[in-house]
Amino acid sequence: MSFNLFAISPIIALALTGFLVIGLSLVFSRISKSMLLIISLLGLAASAYFSLSLWNENALAFGGMVRADNFSLVFNVIFLIGAALSMMLAFSQHEGGYLLYAEFFAITAFATVGMMLMVASSNLLVIFLGLETLSISLYILVGIKRTEEKSLEAAFKYFLLGAFASGFLLYGIAFIYGSTGSLDLQEVANFISGTSIKDNPLMILGGLLIIVGLGFKVAMFPFHMWAPDVYQGAPTPITAFMSTGSKAAGFAAMLRVLFSTTDGTVSDWVTVLWVISVLTMFFGNIVALVQKNIKRMLAYSSIAHAGYILIGIVSWNQAGASSVVFYLLSYTFMNIGAFGVIAFLSTKEKEFIELEDFKGLGFQKPVIAIVMAIFMFSLAGLPPTAGFIGKFYLFSAAVKAGQIPLVILGVVNSMISVYYYLSVVVAMFMKQSDQKWPATGLISAVSLSLLLATAGTLGLGLFPSYWIEIFQKIVVSMI
Amino acid sequence: MDFPILTLLTFSPVLATAILLFIKNDQEVVLKNVAFLSSLAIFLLSLPLYFSFENKAGMQFVESYSWIPAFGVNYHVAIDGISLFMVLLTTFLTPIVILASWNAVSKNLKGYLVSMLLLETGILGVFVSMDLFLFYVFWEVMLIPMYFLIGIWGGENRIYAAIKFFLYTITGSLLMLVAILVLYFYHGGLTGEYTFNILKIQQIHIPLGYQTWLFLGFGLSFAIKVPLFPFHTWLPDAHVEAPTGGSVILAGVLLKMGIYGFLRFCFPLFPSAIEQFTPLIFILAVIGIIYGALVAMVQPDLKKLVAYSSVSHLGFVMLGIFALNNQGVQGGLIQMVNHGLSTGALFLIVGMLYERRHTRLIADFGGLAKQLPVFTTFFMIITLSSIGLPGLNGFVGEYLILLGIFLNNKVYAVIAATGVILAAVYMLQMFQRTMFGKLDKKENQNLRDLSKREIAVLLPILAFIIFIGVYPNAFLKKMEPTVEALIQTVKDKQIVSLNPEKDLAFKNILNDEENK
Repeated sequence: MSFNLFAISPIIALALTGFLVIGLSLVFSRISKSMLLIISLLGLAASAYFSLSLWNENALAFGGMVRADNFSLVFNVIFLIGAALSMMLAFSQHEGGYLLYAEFFAITAFATVGMMLMVASSNLLVIFLGLETLSISLYILVGIKRTEEKSLEAAFKYFLLGAFASGFLLYGIAFIYGSTGSLDLQEVANFISGTSIKDNPLMILGGLLIIVGLGFKVAMFPFHMWAPDVYQGAPTPITAFMSTGSKAAGFAAMLRVLFSTTDGTVSDWVTVLWVISVLTMFFGNIVALVQKNIKRMLAYSSIAHAGYILIGIVSWNQAGASSVVFYLLSYTFMNIGAFGVIAFLSTKEKEFIELEDFKGLGFQKPVIAIVMAIFMFSLAGLPPTAGFIGKFYLFSAAVKAGQIPLVILGVVNSMISVYYYLSVVVAMFMKQSDQKWPATGLISAVSLSLLLATAGTLGLGLFPSYWIEIFQKIVVSMI
Repeated sequence: MDFPILTLLTFSPVLATAILLFIKNDQEVVLKNVAFLSSLAIFLLSLPLYFSFENKAGMQFVESYSWIPAFGVNYHVAIDGISLFMVLLTTFLTPIVILASWNAVSKNLKGYLVSMLLLETGILGVFVSMDLFLFYVFWEVMLIPMYFLIGIWGGENRIYAAIKFFLYTITGSLLMLVAILVLYFYHGGLTGEYTFNILKIQQIHIPLGYQTWLFLGFGLSFAIKVPLFPFHTWLPDAHVEAPTGGSVILAGVLLKMGIYGFLRFCFPLFPSAIEQFTPLIFILAVIGIIYGALVAMVQPDLKKLVAYSSVSHLGFVMLGIFALNNQGVQGGLIQMVNHGLSTGALFLIVGMLYERRHTRLIADFGGLAKQLPVFTTFFMIITLSSIGLPGLNGFVGEYLILLGIFLNNKVYAVIAATGVILAAVYMLQMFQRTMFGKLDKKENQNLRDLSKREIAVLLPILAFIIFIGVYPNAFLKKMEPTVEALIQTVKDKQIVSLNPEKDLAFKNILNDEENK
């Protein structure tokens, strides 16, 4: 039994950071907010450093229950980017007052630990453990503004539905264990290849329940119900964090479970996910069309994006899997950026989340309006942004797999989505308003976060090659 | 050629944009001068393209670097006889447009100039890309500045028009994206080389069933852009709402991208599908010619009239290139340039009238000739060029197109020729009602004639209108070898798909060519 701490060093670094932040704020009650941020960011950087130093090591810990393969390491970095950008957003004038305490930084770090565990294992129970760590942290974060009813309502809804979803996941794991006698995905795969899956209805049921549990996390239809309310109710930096991080973690786990237990010959999954993908895209995009609240609109758009990402999984090939990874990285930058603009603009008194609020922004504050436009164009999938390359990659994987009807449906959805992303641009640049934006000044941390998100969105759009090649290699190691 | 002239040309507007960003918003004169001078410099930079372009088929000024090796995407730019004049037209019109908008833009001048220059980059990129992926990127990128130009600096209904323009275009281009992907994997599967290089993809033979669908994917996108009847409904809205500068670029160059797309991609890639769809396209083009002319005839608004006349003129161009003979295609190409010049100039004229009177209704004018003699002279010549008077540029294009289509299909030639007559009717009627008659409206009696700046805007266009009319050979000789080679390729491939047993022989020919 190996007990390789090195293999879980990224996770340990992050957990320690969380404890350190809480401890420091207890000992030095007057510790400054920026100090907390700096310590947390250093912790994230340390975790990223350990992740990179494990590159190509394929280290195992706890008898193979936790594995630091390249696949999980890449996702570690994606989660850390998301966490870092979101933490910086917490310095927004609107949220800063109640977010900037040690709890926020610590729990965000713990949530990230959960995400890392979810992708760093091929053991179903560890995946569940990660998912629970993530979920419980998120329940707290969503309701962190104790005085705000909306936030509490969101947290409660998320908790109730999330508890059910966790239950489903655990139930599914139990069925799998019952029918195969193992929790390890490798052994499950061996079992499956030895028998005919059709003789084993419990196994199919178990698999479906696992999809439900993970599907809840990534907000795919019909397990998306929580997303709009929770996204709207949660403080904006936290919405940014969970819309990207928990989606990435959910899809990463889904990729690993599906790709390592079934070979391409099992087409049943593909059919199920094909249908879910189409429904998710259409539902998200069509409902987003009529939203007047930008946070809600982004919530429905996030559902739609889950649908696009499923296209990559349905393609069921190497390009598909790596396009999912690429898309999740792009999505982290562009979606956090979009929420970041809201955080940037909002003042103590007023949160700028209605479409109406953005009227005329382009004339008074052209720079931030252009930044928002870049994120909107990227979410809509227009070049030269990360969103375009991501979508292109997803679609190309599907064409390669012969899924042309699915690609056409995806393209139709892209057209629908252009309309509502453009409506933000229209409000900013083409409508006048007498509204005066209060001088927000240059809030350093929020601005830096936006700068990085913009750089990521454009950088991945213009020079994607390096990342694509890495992602192509890591999925090979997983399959 | 080692000097990366095409890259320099394509991206120098971006460079100019970067300079503009460092100038303060309220220094309007400096902003305008910098934008104008840099666009003029870009035009001068593009002139060597014409003079050192060799009169032969094939790509020239080639540059190719690897961009996204994981996808087989290259930054591959080049021009041939088809794109040469499109590039020149773009670089020629941009300084003119900036000069024309000198006093027309009141709000956010910097944004306007930046959009204009970025638009130039997008358009040039479309015309020089020889890599499908790169082409697609430019094709979409170009949408964004145009969308802002219509949506921010447009007329009353600008938001509606901007969104309509955007959605129409993106619908087409996303379907084209699917077609591009299918083509990419088909070529990759067949040859083992996954590439977006259009010149390489052209060399394979695509089965007829595939060709039909792929042609529809590409063709819809291009047909919307042209616009071919019945996909034209975005055009009048966009034209009428766009600011003058936007309309000129839209009519002058953007619409040509559709035709260019057909020539560059559909013809060599899907020759059998072209053969299959030619009757349909003829019918749609002829409907467009007649319909555009008839609708133009009843427009009370000058700008709408010019916009619908575009539908009619572009119908001619489509007819010409699908006639698929030397005369037709060359006529179509030269008519693209002509239309860019004369319709661009007409939009400028309408814009100048609008700046003076803040109305575009024909009924509000009348008898302007007495008050504005210089303006009237310019307007007259441009009107006649648009009608196709011999000696001016429009005649050359229309004559060649009609000749080409006559060789192919006499019925359509006859119907299309009536379009020329209708054009004369609506253009002359418009001219007569605005310029001649009594100067009885009080507001019109104090209009001032053209300023020096406005003359400087129109004069270069006028010079080319006359030059092409008198000596079209300067243009035709540059495009002829490319056009001949293109037609030959298409016809060869059409024969091959009619006789599948010759397919093998054809492939051998290709191999031989490669070995050379």
